[in-house]
Amino acid sequence: MVNGSPVVEGFIEAINLIVTLNPQVVEITIRSLYVSLTATFFASLVALPLGALIYFYEFRGKHALVSTLQTLYALPTVIVGLIMFLLLSNIGPFGFLRLLYTPGGMIAAQTVLIIPLLMGLTVSALSGIDRDKRYTITALGASRLQTVTTVIAEARFAVMSGVLLGFGRAISEVGAVMIVGGNIRGATRVLTTAIALNTSMANYSMSIALGIILLSVALGVNVVLSLVQRR
Amino acid sequence: MKTNVAILSAGAVSILFILALAIGCTGTVPGGNETPNATTTAPAAGANVLKIATTTSLENTGLLAELERVYENETGMDLQFIAQGTGQSLDTARRGDVDLVLVHAPALEQQFIDEGYGIDPRCIAYNYFIIVGPKEDPAGIKNMSAVEAFRAIYIAGTNKTAGVVFVSRGDNSGTHAQEKALWKEAGYNYTEDILDSGAWYVEAGKGMGDTLILANEKKAYVLTDEGTYLSFADRLSLVPVITESTELMNRYSAIAVNPAKYPGVNAKGAADFINWLISDEGKQLIGDFGKAEFGKPLFVPLYAPECTQPPFNCTCAEPVPTPA
Repeated sequence: MVNGSPVVEGFIEAINLIVTLNPQVVEITIRSLYVSLTATFFASLVALPLGALIYFYEFRGKHALVSTLQTLYALPTVIVGLIMFLLLSNIGPFGFLRLLYTPGGMIAAQTVLIIPLLMGLTVSALSGIDRDKRYTITALGASRLQTVTTVIAEARFAVMSGVLLGFGRAISEVGAVMIVGGNIRGATRVLTTAIALNTSMANYSMSIALGIILLSVALGVNVVLSLVQRR
Repeated sequence: MKTNVAILSAGAVSILFILALAIGCTGTVPGGNETPNATTTAPAAGANVLKIATTTSLENTGLLAELERVYENETGMDLQFIAQGTGQSLDTARRGDVDLVLVHAPALEQQFIDEGYGIDPRCIAYNYFIIVGPKEDPAGIKNMSAVEAFRAIYIAGTNKTAGVVFVSRGDNSGTHAQEKALWKEAGYNYTEDILDSGAWYVEAGKGMGDTLILANEKKAYVLTDEGTYLSFADRLSLVPVITESTELMNRYSAIAVNPAKYPGVNAKGAADFINWLISDEGKQLIGDFGKAEFGKPLFVPLYAPECTQPPFNCTCAEPVPTPA
């Protein structure tokens, strides 16, 4: 394997692994999608209503809260991993759930990771709606509920891009799932941790194959994102 | 104005409440999501999952995948290996997050057992640590004993001899523990003499395979277990410089996590797996592993009475009692 260019050879082998639907590659890809999609779903469930609440209610410290959320966009994944590891470990406060080293634990970690991002982006998405428009809606005699639903309807594409960004962050992170999931073959191994492991075992072609898939997923998200934004 | 303040504070309180709820949810909702799987994956519920913290050197050779394949076919037990350094593996077990450890650092193992976290230790197999390095051997350590070689590398390294670099695992693994023991035997204080003593000493902070690749890039000396080196040899330009020095014996053991400390662990599964590892079938599988691919076995299984005598001094034959 030393002779020849490992990059070219790896690339050819990688394509081969993908087109022949190598069962290991397929399994890891499906698990990755399952974990990150579920995490994005739960995070949206929590973050979108909270984001809307923050936008529609004026309260003291609102500015500080939004700034904090924006700071947490850059929440390091290993720190989330560490905190969730300590919480979910058998001797931690949530140890009784037995979620450490399971896909459930990884979902929990990614959910926590992207909640601030989704909340913050929801606030900015709603803020993106023209203030005049909001006043006009009120001036036209809309009830409070009607105002809220109209503004949310106006901002739905911007909110959607936020959700997609959150999904992109979840599926591409390696720090949290490595610590919380433990990278167990056939149980908690996902695209990113598999790339880390295969690189450490010098199985570069496998890493490249998984990398191509991960990039394709990111590309897919971007395509959807631009389609959404074009509307 | 007063009502405004009331509404605001009510709003703030409700947001806090929802946040608290949300924090609770993130812990529990995905758990709920997992319930359909609970019978098959949660160790608390199912006796058919066995979580094993183990060393990167075992994982990187591919032995674990082989054991997993055979054992799962035979018993239907789902073996889940979490590859960490020996130090971290023992700590994971101390937290009760796994059912069993497969490790290689006798001193750390004894401590783990003495603290009451580990029970039923059985030594499984051994091989040798070896020192690999660049073909040119810039520190001139060929034909030395391991301790002499470490001394020579230290002197050459601190004198900034060209090309002398030593890469350490630096991750509190079993291999790292062995390396520290060798520095000690060579007469150096690890934290004072070795750490931060110059550019010659590089700490990788990674698994065995990663460390070998790093050492290969740097054309450095590195202490490695023989198994990982052999399985990586075709990708490395480093060659074994010192082999089979008696100071370099590397013994692997399986230790169950004490169910008296953590009632949730799969004690029966752990006992069954240890008994399988020390059975003739398990030993033969370990002893044959790598023969075809590397021309020699990567691990030598331990048999009684050899294992009870020096340098091994461990139990390898008596089956462990199986809890009901």
